Amino acid sequence: MSRLRIPLLLLPLFAVLALTGCADREPEGETASSAQGQFPVELHPEGGKAVTIEQRPERIVSLSPSTTETLFAVGAGDQVVAVDSFSNYPEDAPTTSLSGINADPQAIASHNPDLVIVESDLDDKLGDALAKTGTQTLVLSAPSTLEQAYEQFRLVGKATGHADEGADLATRTKEEIDKLAADAPETSGSLTYYHELDPTFYSVTSATFIGQIYDLFGLTNIADQDDPNALGGYPQLSAAHVVQSNPDLIFLADTNCCGQNADTVAARPGWDTITAVKENRVHAMDDDIASRWSPRIVDLVRTVSDAVAAAGR
Amino acid sequence: MLKPRRAAAATTRLRFRTVLIGLLILTVAAGFALVAGTGELGWQRVLAEIGAQLTGGTSPLSEREAAIVWELRAPRVVLAGLVGAALAGAGAAFQGVFRNPLADPYLLGAAAGAGMAATIVVVLTPAVTTWFIGPLPLAAFAGALGGVGLSYLLGRSAGGKGTATLLLAGVAVTAFLTAIQTFVQQLNTDTIKQVYTWTLGGLNVTSWREVWVALPYVVLAAVVLCACARLLDVLSLGDAEAASLGISPGKVRVVILATASLATAAAVAVSGLIGFVGIVVPHIVRLLAGASYRVIVPMSLVGGATFLILADYVARTALPGELPIGVVTAFAGAPFFALVLRTGKGRSL
Repeated sequence: MSRLRIPLLLLPLFAVLALTGCADREPEGETASSAQGQFPVELHPEGGKAVTIEQRPERIVSLSPSTTETLFAVGAGDQVVAVDSFSNYPEDAPTTSLSGINADPQAIASHNPDLVIVESDLDDKLGDALAKTGTQTLVLSAPSTLEQAYEQFRLVGKATGHADEGADLATRTKEEIDKLAADAPETSGSLTYYHELDPTFYSVTSATFIGQIYDLFGLTNIADQDDPNALGGYPQLSAAHVVQSNPDLIFLADTNCCGQNADTVAARPGWDTITAVKENRVHAMDDDIASRWSPRIVDLVRTVSDAVAAAGR
Repeated sequence: MLKPRRAAAATTRLRFRTVLIGLLILTVAAGFALVAGTGELGWQRVLAEIGAQLTGGTSPLSEREAAIVWELRAPRVVLAGLVGAALAGAGAAFQGVFRNPLADPYLLGAAAGAGMAATIVVVLTPAVTTWFIGPLPLAAFAGALGGVGLSYLLGRSAGGKGTATLLLAGVAVTAFLTAIQTFVQQLNTDTIKQVYTWTLGGLNVTSWREVWVALPYVVLAAVVLCACARLLDVLSLGDAEAASLGISPGKVRVVILATASLATAAAVAVSGLIGFVGIVVPHIVRLLAGASYRVIVPMSLVGGATFLILADYVARTALPGELPIGVVTAFAGAPFFALVLRTGKGRSL
């Protein structure tokens, strides 16, 4: 707490410093007025404050990996000047040491942005501080459904002057995912799965965003137990529970972070008795893809789809 | 009035009976935790499986269910017992050495050293998992020993002969090592979660391998500490009195400190940081069974094992998911501690 409080107390000071720094800079917006009639645009993000963007933003800072991926996917990549330290995709994203969790307005303002996109902004503290430097802040919180994720694609498009690309991306993503779900074999109804977040058996329930993707295929989550909403949807399971539940499919979202794969899972004591291990249905996933609501979510859905198809045979 | 020799014999008998009762309770607790775990195996079927193992009969359990009992649940129960015994036994030893009822294995820099070393290892080798005996437990082990050693050297070089100097040195070392750990974490925010999970402590990723790693250290420490219990009683009289009985207080302290630190390091390495056991269990034993370390040390070993086995049972069954065991040890231990204090036996403190 105390670590957090001191920077917050200093916010006004940072804002003043940043403001004086801005005083003799040429206005960025003037050169950007070429956007044809799309601006001003009014945005109403789910769970965030409504924002009106007057001109096409030319210097965008993204503080969330999911948003970074979406920005590049809608064609706003060359407007992005800085992204947070977790944003590692696409490769040409300008990754910096900025933190989206403990955002520092001074460090953000030093990139001289006209739009900052962040995942959460408690009490609008970041937004208020940045506003003093003439920067707008757009809060795009984590979606809880696929529909909300598609809506964010559209919103990012509108906010950056790529409304058509955003809408197109949303439609394409939805169609692809719906098609993958529709093509899944009927047998999937009886299959159970375990989604692993780390080697201490943290998992997700079907009430989470990731859990809903498995729901598309009618899979049953072993972490749900009696109540999918228990423990915020992210319970830590015991090895005994996983083995006892005997999942048909295991999905590993701890391959990059923790070096897990089908072999390490099979080597765990007692796990060689699980159907998923016996039938070679342990699926390694890219940790990043399995934890972001970016356009790459299609890749995640395809992994699940392939896994279900293989199990259905 | 009994004659001195008969009185001593009676005390010894009482001591044996106390430890025997403790062992009996431990056995019952361990059996309960093994038979009544999570999952719907049914305790009757687990009992039948155990019976089949003992007599060579047929078991009602499938291969998978048997693996749950013998590969997952049994090592967890055994390891909980070993870790509990190590932490509580070390706590009793530290309290005796420092003649300070607030001394605790973690107070002397063991936890901070283990935490710092574990953090650095996780940062340097991010693909290392926390659930086999890889670099992380080894680093924690070395870090715990290093933290205690640093406290000891600092306390000695500060010149103070009293135990207060050493405890203060422990506080300083702890603060410094924790600062290093926080600094390294801030530089590498993407590995924070791994370190965080580990610092909460837990036995949910346990196999026989962890048991074999911890067992020799804990057994060795238990034997040495029990053998040294009489010296702890002498130390409790004061350094001058100990010296007059022909015992070198300094040497005794080093031997007991090293032993208790080794036990703590072994426990930390396999289970992460589990607080509260080392300070509360010896206290409860002292309040219930008297002030002699010849009772406190063995009973702390037994009591700590029982306490942690039961705490781990609660940790894995209370919620749909796992509960960090440190939360359980504090929840269960603190009110019980307060209750024992209130019964009036706390006057002996």
